[in-house]
Amino acid sequence: MHVRLKTAPRFKVRISREVCRHCERCTVNCTFGVLSHNGTEIVAEHDKCVACQRCAIMCPQQAISIIPGDIHYAPHSTFNERQRMIIYEQASSGGVLLSGMGTDLPYMSIFDDLLLDACQVTNPSIDPLREPVETLTYIGRKPKSLRVSQVNGSFIVEKETFPHVVLQTPITVGHMSLGSISYPAMTAILRACKEVGIMAGTGEGGLHPDFYQYGDHVNSEVASGRFGVEPKYLKNVAALEIKIGQGAKPGHGGHLPGEKVNKLIAETRMIPVGTDALSPYPHHDIYSIEDLQQLIGALKEASRYKVPVGVKIAAVHNSAPIASGIVRAGADFVTLDGFKGGTGASPRVIRDHAGIPIETAVASVDQRLREEGIRHQASIIAGGGIRYAADILKIIALGADAVMLGQAVLIAMGCRACQQCHRGLCPWGIATQEPNLVSRLDTDISTQRLVNLFKAWTEEIKEILGALGIDSIESLVGNRDRLRYIGPNPKIAEILDVKHVGE
Amino acid sequence: MYHQEIVKPPKGYDRRSFDACGISAFMNVDGKMESGEKIVKMITTMMDRENGLGAGFAIYGIFPDRKDYFCFQMLLDDEEAKRRVRDYLSRHTMIVDEEPIPTRETPAVRQPIPVLWRFFLSPLEEKKREQDAYDYMMRIVMYINAEIDGAFCMSSGKNMAVFKGNGWSGDVAHFYAIDEIQSYFFMAHSRFPTNTPGWWGGAHPFNLFDLSIIHNGEITSYGTNKRYVEMFGYRCTLMTDSEVVTYILDLLIRRQKLPLQVACMAAAPAYHKVIESHEGEKLSFWRLIRETYRPAMINGPFSICVGMNEPTPALLGLTDRKKLRPLIAATSRGGRSVFLSSEECAVRIIGEEVEQVWAPLAGNPVIVEKGSGIVSKGETPPLADHQVKMIPKAAPEDSALEHPVS
Amino acid sequence: MSSQIKKISETEVAIDAARNGSPLPYRQLNALIHEMHDEGFEVIHVKNVYGQRFICAGMEGNTTVNIYGTPGNDLGVFMEGPTINVYGSAEDQAGNTMNGGKIIIHGNAWDVTGLAARGGSIFVKGNGGYRIGIHMKEYKSKRPVIVYGGVAKEFFGEYMAGGLLMALGLEEDKGRWRDNTEHPVVGESLATGIHGGVIFIRGRVDVKSLGVGATISEITSKDKRILDTAIQEFCKHFGAPEHLIYQKQFTKIMAGSARPFAGFYSSNPI
Repeated sequence: MHVRLKTAPRFKVRISREVCRHCERCTVNCTFGVLSHNGTEIVAEHDKCVACQRCAIMCPQQAISIIPGDIHYAPHSTFNERQRMIIYEQASSGGVLLSGMGTDLPYMSIFDDLLLDACQVTNPSIDPLREPVETLTYIGRKPKSLRVSQVNGSFIVEKETFPHVVLQTPITVGHMSLGSISYPAMTAILRACKEVGIMAGTGEGGLHPDFYQYGDHVNSEVASGRFGVEPKYLKNVAALEIKIGQGAKPGHGGHLPGEKVNKLIAETRMIPVGTDALSPYPHHDIYSIEDLQQLIGALKEASRYKVPVGVKIAAVHNSAPIASGIVRAGADFVTLDGFKGGTGASPRVIRDHAGIPIETAVASVDQRLREEGIRHQASIIAGGGIRYAADILKIIALGADAVMLGQAVLIAMGCRACQQCHRGLCPWGIATQEPNLVSRLDTDISTQRLVNLFKAWTEEIKEILGALGIDSIESLVGNRDRLRYIGPNPKIAEILDVKHVGE
Repeated sequence: MYHQEIVKPPKGYDRRSFDACGISAFMNVDGKMESGEKIVKMITTMMDRENGLGAGFAIYGIFPDRKDYFCFQMLLDDEEAKRRVRDYLSRHTMIVDEEPIPTRETPAVRQPIPVLWRFFLSPLEEKKREQDAYDYMMRIVMYINAEIDGAFCMSSGKNMAVFKGNGWSGDVAHFYAIDEIQSYFFMAHSRFPTNTPGWWGGAHPFNLFDLSIIHNGEITSYGTNKRYVEMFGYRCTLMTDSEVVTYILDLLIRRQKLPLQVACMAAAPAYHKVIESHEGEKLSFWRLIRETYRPAMINGPFSICVGMNEPTPALLGLTDRKKLRPLIAATSRGGRSVFLSSEECAVRIIGEEVEQVWAPLAGNPVIVEKGSGIVSKGETPPLADHQVKMIPKAAPEDSALEHPVS
Repeated sequence: MSSQIKKISETEVAIDAARNGSPLPYRQLNALIHEMHDEGFEVIHVKNVYGQRFICAGMEGNTTVNIYGTPGNDLGVFMEGPTINVYGSAEDQAGNTMNGGKIIIHGNAWDVTGLAARGGSIFVKGNGGYRIGIHMKEYKSKRPVIVYGGVAKEFFGEYMAGGLLMALGLEEDKGRWRDNTEHPVVGESLATGIHGGVIFIRGRVDVKSLGVGATISEITSKDKRILDTAIQEFCKHFGAPEHLIYQKQFTKIMAGSARPFAGFYSSNPI
């Protein structure tokens, strides 16, 4: 019985016949099976097109346009186009709809409702091109105070040994596993982090032996599936991070569809080729906060207390008390992932409808930790749809010590955010394991692109810090006074503890 | 009847006050007593730095007969406020003595004039242990300033007091009869606030116990610093930068007992570039300071003078690490008098034979102690004259999972 | 601290895990054990152990550690290489995320033993609790083995992706071994979510006890060899009689498919 509903294609591939040379490069480049040559001309199966732009960019004649599908829907606000497509698809397949990247629904951005201050008259601004503006950031637990005594001409200092990571700029790359992204993509990320002096997450895929050389810039993820967790993974890296959740799918574990589990992935994750790598929803040794304390303790013991151990949670309603519990359980840093965070694969229903914005999560977590007098015990790393340097400055002013980037890093490597990551067909060679697709991504060029991105954003951060009259990033952390809220909802300003414009 | 707030902003007021100002201070390190005339002359000379909306003086060593008691010099909106304060103090402390603060009729001082009163206090018997005494009294000071309507504690130290108010520095000096007060250690401040009205409590010096701060400049890290000190029980009620600077220094110097040099290194640290040029234990120490005291760093232009009484009377002058605000130091009488000021003219006008005049390096403190004299001129980077030795932590083994003790 | 250490020979040392009757905090005890391991001792005895956690966490090499008492949670967590003999019972999460080495427990080992194990082996003489061997994995030669002599409860072998998991349903009393007739060998939801690896349960298993994606299948001659090797090692460690074990047939449980959740998701773009 043929149950599948035939529906209007979202996009149409228009080929300019006068210009087309029939080189067929487009048919080779398309990974979604849209284009082929029927002997006379290039033909397209439009309903398979996902607007990844690969064919159009690769066409030497620039003969291809990707345009919105021209079979229009009758307008309907309740059952808009997407709503109807969701129902058609689920009626056809009976499946839970998967997608990739972060939510594409038009939720508001609180960042866009925040404006930064600048110094004039009563305070001088600083020119970062000529005077030092420092962005160095420490991630890890800090002593509450130092014990120093003076004996004649000597300072006697009691040394507190809390391990930490030094970031040259308050940026980290979040966890995108080898498996969800390709080997050259992972290499480029690690090399760029090494060059810039920051760290990147391993995701749930473990650390491939080829990457041990970047150990000083690696943040090893210990997720519920414990993929790739072996002593070397824990000992030769810069930080360890327990993944409790991620912004794109609060409450759910990691999901690497079987299409992307090839021999390389099967080896690093130690599961059969072609199996879905589903991480359990909770860690099965963490059912309560004291269990988290135990896992943190186990990791600190196993790494002999040499590296900071952090915990990542998705931003959800009671992030503040959860974060407080996490810090009291011994975490050296807390990573908050907002609901706009990306993923290689997530059910749409979770990706689009669960979690809370990172802006309010950071503000409330920072506030709560201060109220409890424990803010110094852990650094806060925030992420979830960070788009550009302005977002970084605003989230730091709201209370974060550093940010983690995910989708922005992929886009810097050429990703078009077509949200098909889970299918393993990424035509840009970023989110796939197919060897002929993976070879499309040049490691050296990608590394340079990421270095360019991190450097450009760091310069922009310095420009704004200079305008704020601040010459070192730590004086912006939690400095809500330098922000003003221009949005429609004063309650949000209240929750962020940010004054309204004009105040 | 409409109650006018004279001494401090109403509860919930959160508009920040920005000040530009003049500062002056001096100490006779051999303890030679003299009248306040000199300090008044120093501060009034820099009239261009003020706009008549606030001035104040901190003077040390003026209650030798009652030097073991905390002297709470109070600004009070009215008699009712005084009653509220006395009520509260009598329940939580021992009031050893109380008296009006002597003043002169000075029409030029901005009306309305608050009630001026001072209490000499001792913590209750059961709170007598040294460490507890200050923390206990701190809560009392914070409570009065934050919760008791119409009352503000100008100073709370032993054997010292702060006299401040709303008006030109010359008028405030006349009002409090500064020229009649004898001491060896004076500090003065004249104010140019960009936020009127001038509450009497908002003038400088800012004080907590024997720590007095006079401050010129505006800090850009206010929000970060405020949230940092609030974690340790301080409450910022006056919405001025100087208040938070006072609390940071009280935290670092009195509570965490950091040596003065080290406290300055935390508040005005060297650049990472400079730090990385050190080696060995000096390098480790610098990095540890930068890492631990991130939220204590005072960013933006500032020059401050800090006065202290415990354990030894000391005067400290410090500027921000970009040197965006002026501070000069000078000596006379064979080094037995040491002066700090925003401007050199303030030192020249007093008519003494000025010997050395110098400006300390950005971010490096001038430190003067009674008896020893100049401990640091601020002309060499910190650690240039010191050794550093790191030792393992003496306290019980720090478990990474220990629950914090706040 | 050196009062807790007694050197027996060039290669053997003993550590007292209690001082004046009080158990040492785990951080101190483990620091001592790691210190002895780093100094090159081949055999480390640890006496008077009362619940200290994380013993031998992340330890590598081929030291033998003999524990007398009751080690706490996460015994041998993240370990790769050493052999741990426990003369007593272990608590929860013994062999958590183990990568290699051996843990032999002359007692019980409760919940979540061998969570996410990736290699090495765990032999438990007595009983277990819930979620034994959850999410075990394997790749080529790295194949974890967990054998329980007694009975275990629900979710035995949940999420299994590889390795070998066994339960025998026996009990021992003063040197005499017999079947445990009071309790079933394992509880409900057996091997739920399994997509790799193999489980042998001694005795019959009701199909209703099976979890999602688990099926009962034939024991092949290759399986028989694997079974025999495991049983032999078990008997060697605990002195159980082999003939008693073979009196009952084993049931083999494995994944119905390598991808039990295919068809659950739809990947089509919308």
